[in-house]
Amino acid sequence: MAIRACLGLMILLFSSTISTALFEDQVGLSDWHQKYIGKVKHAIFHTQKTGRKRVVVSTEENVLASLDLRTGNIFWRHVLGKIDCIDQVDIALGKYVVTLSSGGSILRAWNLPDGQMIWESILQVSAPSKSLLHALANMNVGKDNLILVFGGSLIHALSSTDGQIVWRKELSTNSLEIQQVFQPRDSDIFYALGFIDSSEFVAYYVNYKNGEVLQQSKASFKSGFCGEASLSSNDVVVALDASRTYLVSISFRNGVITFQQTYIPDLIPEFSGKATLLPSKYNGILAVDIASSIVLLRVKGVNELEIIEKINYPSAISDALPFSKEQQAFAILQHDESRIHIKVKFDTDLTNEVLKETIQLDGQRGNVEKVFINNYIRTDRTHGFRVLVVMEDHSLLLVQQGEIVWTREDGLASIVDSTTSELPVEKEGVSVAEVEHSLFEWLKGHFLKLKGTLMLASPDEVAAIQAIRLKSFEKNQMTRDHNGFRKLIIVLTRAGKILALHTGDGRVVWSVLLPVLRESETCGNPFVLNVYQWQVPHHRAMHENPSVLVIGRCGHNFDAPGIFSIVDAYTGKVHNSLVLEHSVRHVMPLPLTDSTEQHLHIVIDDNLHAHLYPKTSDAVKIFLDEMPNVFWYSVEVGKNIIKGYSLEIKGELDMAENVFQPKELWSIVFPSESETIALTATRKMNEIVHTQAKIVADQDVMYKYISKNILFVATVAPKASGEIGSATPEEAWLYAYLIDTVSGRILHRVSHQGAQGPIHAVVSENWVVYHYFNLRAHRHEMSVIEIYDQSREDNKDVWKLVLGKHNLTAPISSYSKPDVTVKSQSYFFIHSVKSMAVTATAKGITSKQLLIGTIGDQVLALDKRFLDPRRSANPTQSEKEEGIIPLTDSLPIVPQSYVTHALQVEGLRGIVTTPAKLESTTLVFSYGVDLFFTRIAPSRTYDSLTEDFSYALLLLTIVALVAALLVTWALSERKELREKWR
Amino acid sequence: MRSSAALFNPPLLLLLPLLLFSHLLNRAIAADLRSGDGYTIAGRVKLGATAKESGLPAKLTNIKVILNGGQSISFAKADGYFSFHNVPAGTHLIEVAALGYFFSPVRVDISARNPGKIQAALTENKRVLYELILEPLREEQYYEKREPFSIMSLMKSPMGLMMGFMLLVMFVMPKLMENIDPEEMRRAQEEMRTQGVPSLSSLLPRSN
Repeated sequence: MAIRACLGLMILLFSSTISTALFEDQVGLSDWHQKYIGKVKHAIFHTQKTGRKRVVVSTEENVLASLDLRTGNIFWRHVLGKIDCIDQVDIALGKYVVTLSSGGSILRAWNLPDGQMIWESILQVSAPSKSLLHALANMNVGKDNLILVFGGSLIHALSSTDGQIVWRKELSTNSLEIQQVFQPRDSDIFYALGFIDSSEFVAYYVNYKNGEVLQQSKASFKSGFCGEASLSSNDVVVALDASRTYLVSISFRNGVITFQQTYIPDLIPEFSGKATLLPSKYNGILAVDIASSIVLLRVKGVNELEIIEKINYPSAISDALPFSKEQQAFAILQHDESRIHIKVKFDTDLTNEVLKETIQLDGQRGNVEKVFINNYIRTDRTHGFRVLVVMEDHSLLLVQQGEIVWTREDGLASIVDSTTSELPVEKEGVSVAEVEHSLFEWLKGHFLKLKGTLMLASPDEVAAIQAIRLKSFEKNQMTRDHNGFRKLIIVLTRAGKILALHTGDGRVVWSVLLPVLRESETCGNPFVLNVYQWQVPHHRAMHENPSVLVIGRCGHNFDAPGIFSIVDAYTGKVHNSLVLEHSVRHVMPLPLTDSTEQHLHIVIDDNLHAHLYPKTSDAVKIFLDEMPNVFWYSVEVGKNIIKGYSLEIKGELDMAENVFQPKELWSIVFPSESETIALTATRKMNEIVHTQAKIVADQDVMYKYISKNILFVATVAPKASGEIGSATPEEAWLYAYLIDTVSGRILHRVSHQGAQGPIHAVVSENWVVYHYFNLRAHRHEMSVIEIYDQSREDNKDVWKLVLGKHNLTAPISSYSKPDVTVKSQSYFFIHSVKSMAVTATAKGITSKQLLIGTIGDQVLALDKRFLDPRRSANPTQSEKEEGIIPLTDSLPIVPQSYVTHALQVEGLRGIVTTPAKLESTTLVFSYGVDLFFTRIAPSRTYDSLTEDFSYALLLLTIVALVAALLVTWALSERKELREKWR
Repeated sequence: MRSSAALFNPPLLLLLPLLLFSHLLNRAIAADLRSGDGYTIAGRVKLGATAKESGLPAKLTNIKVILNGGQSISFAKADGYFSFHNVPAGTHLIEVAALGYFFSPVRVDISARNPGKIQAALTENKRVLYELILEPLREEQYYEKREPFSIMSLMKSPMGLMMGFMLLVMFVMPKLMENIDPEEMRRAQEEMRTQGVPSLSSLLPRSN
């Protein structure tokens, strides 16, 4: 009885805590979070004051951030909206960061120390045009400085303290583009120079106090300008003509405009092609980028240009840094294999270098793309220079005194795709000393932990415990572990760099900038697509390393030739790399491997021909056996058609080419006047389903319809295909389809009136969950569809089983007409969703959780049980026992079930789940601008002791029990002796 | 369609507590910005009431206000004011992303027929907002609270249960045994000895 009671109590205790939440001191034990900013576009140093030295940057990921110059850490950061691109950044009043965004229509000021937005101003823009921000440096102290914004023909002058528009001026009705603005020292006027219709040069002299145009001069130039101009002195501007082969010097002294053309080949004999002016503001010096090098020219008056220096590629040149009243400094960076030479020069004296340094760089960063220069005063009162370098792989370096002070791997802010790889198996033979040491450490750790749980530890010891847990040597090893927690995450970034991250602490194990994905003559505009597992050696073939396949494309068009590269997953060594002869439209990894365990992949090109990789006769032989079972489909979003294909061989198969022709099997055309395809989703190829049967209440069985060929398609009304707020409930609807991709049969179709996108969906086992917006209720909604196989229902009859009349052994085929039933239900969900995924475990036994990336950049784990279509308002007793939750109209959000806990994955774009070896556990990797990795156990870690398990307490208990046993034994002996004496 | 829209002129009584901010309020809510087409939605995020309870200073540096699921993002100023510009007429959704707080999304209707009229309501509890002041419904705790050490928690742990059970057996069982007839007991013990089955009773102190 007592045992039963105890057992009952224990079960109660275990089952009462189903939440998988985290304690605050567990942060960082199994998760890591990395913050990035992306490729830097603009950088402004703020080092004048004695306080913290910082640099403010804006990036291609639309991030505005303030970085610590000493360490490269982020002080603060803001991720702006997708369409709210930052055009320019400046510092005003020495305390505000001013950003101009959304094509010159939004001007914001941010507080420099903490990033708080101070003011925001909306400006009118006439037409999408290049906009220019200019913070006027007013010499009069105490006066409010003005910020000038040029957008098209409009000039806005805003007060930098509160963002109020002081004056506004419309300069010209034609398409004016202001190129340069400058302010002569100690004067109330500024010059605005620009082009009208790219053929007329115009100079305005404007009073900055009220915007009054004091003087205006125009002159037209017959061959036109290409839209760039460089100011070289107070009265000369140099521009390129429309053909980019003539340099045009424009003098505008005293309102008189004169042009002077110079044919570039006359100046630079080896020039061919097209030149570009580098945006720089040097006194009397011009930087021209010709295809092979950067040429510095001195402008001597209007009609004389002189070559000063030619800097061969690859190199980069910085903007000018005002150094003293007369001098400006600039930096030139030049590559010499893996070294970079940094030269800093003054524009007054170009022959001598102020500073000459050489830094050594690892070869995986590519060329220098951008340089920003800043000066500082050394302790001995001399001037030093530091440069901020943006590399081809989007990483950021700070170089000072010939050394790299810090680097930021900011390419990781733009991950395109990822995959995982197992680590190598541990080698045999571990030294005894090591074991002894680790045993001692282990015991010490556990005793400290025990002290912690018993609240006996001093603050120092608490800190020590935390350090031990975080540093845990075990999780960072470079070998495979029992539980499969240690893996390599192989990520592909937009810059064409592949990095392997360790799941233990997120460090970069290796990185490689793929040479084939860099801009070259054969491949003009390389563009990365996907990364796949190429070769996963069998666990006995240990001498071989696994490898991954990287697919790219030369250019953004579908017909551009593909790029194919195989990279070793342990070392990053590039095994094979080539530009394909055909284009790449889809890549299908097949569940087949050849004799060397390379995965077979089918690449569909733009003409729908299928190319088999690897290109070996062995692979073809294996594939030919399976070819009748290979089906694929293509979704043509613009045409509203989904087509299904199989493969066939026309004529003789060329063994060297391995090209197969498509054979159209079916097509589904959606009526374009009422539906447009918004989203398609399929099951993950490698998902494992434990059982087809689902035991429901009353010992009943339902059979899941499990097919790898289910395609979920969501279509919306064409009027409602935009954002929320663009359509009324009457003109919006959403259709959800479940399509078998082999036969093209529509298994199920459901409509949601008054619903619209954006839609996010996840398909797993026999269910689909999708998220959309319900315009009627004006709330987000999530729906679930579950499909059950009706044809197997009869198998429940025991007599049929006994008589052998069951169809359990009948193969499941997409050809046979499926007899399915569908259950579905919808619920409200509070947040907008950015991304959705589902947990995956090794054997598929563990229950599932949905991982929802919310609009607040957090990842929420939601139990699939909340999305069970069998939920009802009043579940019966047996249903309750089965674990069915009473129906509520909205899905609950428990703050403790955020897997990202108190962190945000800024700019969240994707969530990837990978099963660990331990059945209960899933590894979750979410990426965006930030990276976050953790492991979660949807049904708690029922198959392993948690980190928190106190071995010391267990030992103590055993010792206490043995002691008690001995004491009672002794007592009983004595008692017995006394009895006998009596 | 150049116009700006004030969000429902607030009744004077409601405005009274806000008089301190009235100059700001006028600017933020009834700002007259003739820029582009469409309307301006302006409002304020307030953390004050709930933040006081926890004693944490209300931090507004990293609060984002999101229109229509990411169509545009606005940031709150130091005093909590935010605005969206050039918003077309229609029904829109505003969400607030602030770590540590739970905000209900807000449905905002901008009337096309009646220019300048904006209505707002929380979608979670259908509460109509007369002013676009967004306050968190609750604070969010992302971590489980670790309970301080107690005898009960130790008892509840598997080891504690094991010990408890052992103690129970050790002290209660002999008491139970005492009630058994000594003759019967001896017979049972002998029976077991002959069978040679190790049993619990052999470990127990013999009562007589």
